[in-house]
Order: sequence, then C-alpha cells, then structure tokens
Amino acid sequence: MFPNNYETVFILTPVLSDIQMKDAVDKFREVLTNNGAELVHEENLGLRKLAYPIQHKNTGYYQLFEFKAPGTIIEKLNTEYLRDERIIRHLTIALDKHALDYNDRKRKGLVGKKKQTENAESK
Amino acid sequence: MQKVSNAMSLQNESISNTENRKKYDRFKKAGIKYIDYKDGNFLLKLLNEQGKILPRRLTGTSLKNQRKVAQAVKRARHLAILPYVGDSLK
Repeated sequence: MFPNNYETVFILTPVLSDIQMKDAVDKFREVLTNNGAELVHEENLGLRKLAYPIQHKNTGYYQLFEFKAPGTIIEKLNTEYLRDERIIRHLTIALDKHALDYNDRKRKGLVGKKKQTENAESK
Repeated sequence: MQKVSNAMSLQNESISNTENRKKYDRFKKAGIKYIDYKDGNFLLKLLNEQGKILPRRLTGTSLKNQRKVAQAVKRARHLAILPYVGDSLK
C-alpha cells in the first residue's frame, strides 16, 4: 500500500486532568504506530478558547499528529475517535504536496507568522 | 468592465469599498500554494464581520484559490478555530 501523508487534529475536553490528557494523547499515538503509521510530526496547540461552545465547554486541548500511513488505517483511527468520549472534535485530512511543503517550511521556521508568510514566500 | 453604479449595489452594502482599485489574486501574488486551516488570524482576513467567507467578486481571488480558502475556512470552523456565525469578528 502506498503510504499517504495525513494530518489529524483532535480536541480533548478541558475537564480532564493532565495525566488523563497525556494518556489520551499517548493512546492515540499508539493507535497510529500500532497500525503501521510513521509519525512525522507531533504538536499540541495546548488549551485554546473555542470559537463556539462544544458540549457546553468553551476551551479545548488541541493535539495534532502528522503521519505517513497506508489508507486503511484512517477508518480504524476514526472509529477510535468516535468511541473515545474524551475527544469532543476530530479531523483527519490527507496532505497534498503543497501542504507537505508548507508544513516542512513551517517547521524550518521559514513560515513565520502568517503575515510574514506573504512576503516570505513571495521571494 | 464598466463599474456598476453604487446605487445599484446599495441593498447589499459591499463590505470593503474595493470597487475602483484593480483586484488581484493575493494568493498568486504572494505565491501561497496552501492555505493552512489551523491559522486563525490569517483566515480572519478572508471573512467579513459576520464570519462569512468574502466572495470572489470582492477579493478578486481566482476560482482555484477561492476553493482552497473555502475548504480551509470550513475545516477551521469544524475545529472551532473560526465561529460559524461571528459578531464583529474584526
């Protein structure tokens, strides 16, 4: 199976304690790695205010995984998300070459704040 | 294209008065190929006060880039980075 590049973001409910949050994140890291995904990048955007209340909560803990995996894993990942009640929102997308290039440059710091992106990229 | 007189466009008051200046596709100009849905404050520039996506006729973006904008904004809304209906976002 040709491995595609995916990026998955999910939001944990803020009522969890730090330990619970950590092991929720670890659990999903296991789900990915056990099913043959190669984790490229991992980032947590931390506790952020939501633009609208989800399940009557106004903040959420954002976690992002970027990984390379065969397509079959996505279905398992999604059922895992739906089954876990700590996750209040999740999104998994496939990355095309522009997205990959953008993510690499972002990690290398070329892409500063978005405003700089405009002039940084127009060189 | 001859500019439609302002009286015509009174009912849907245009958000930013950009009728007269030459509209260009800011993404092609800046060479942006991928619009990141996680970047809230960049996407805010593409929305009007109510949180709606700005139409192409006002921003002048190409169809290809407008679809990327719409895709990114909808993903951001799903992840509660952007509100579905905002009040005075700016």
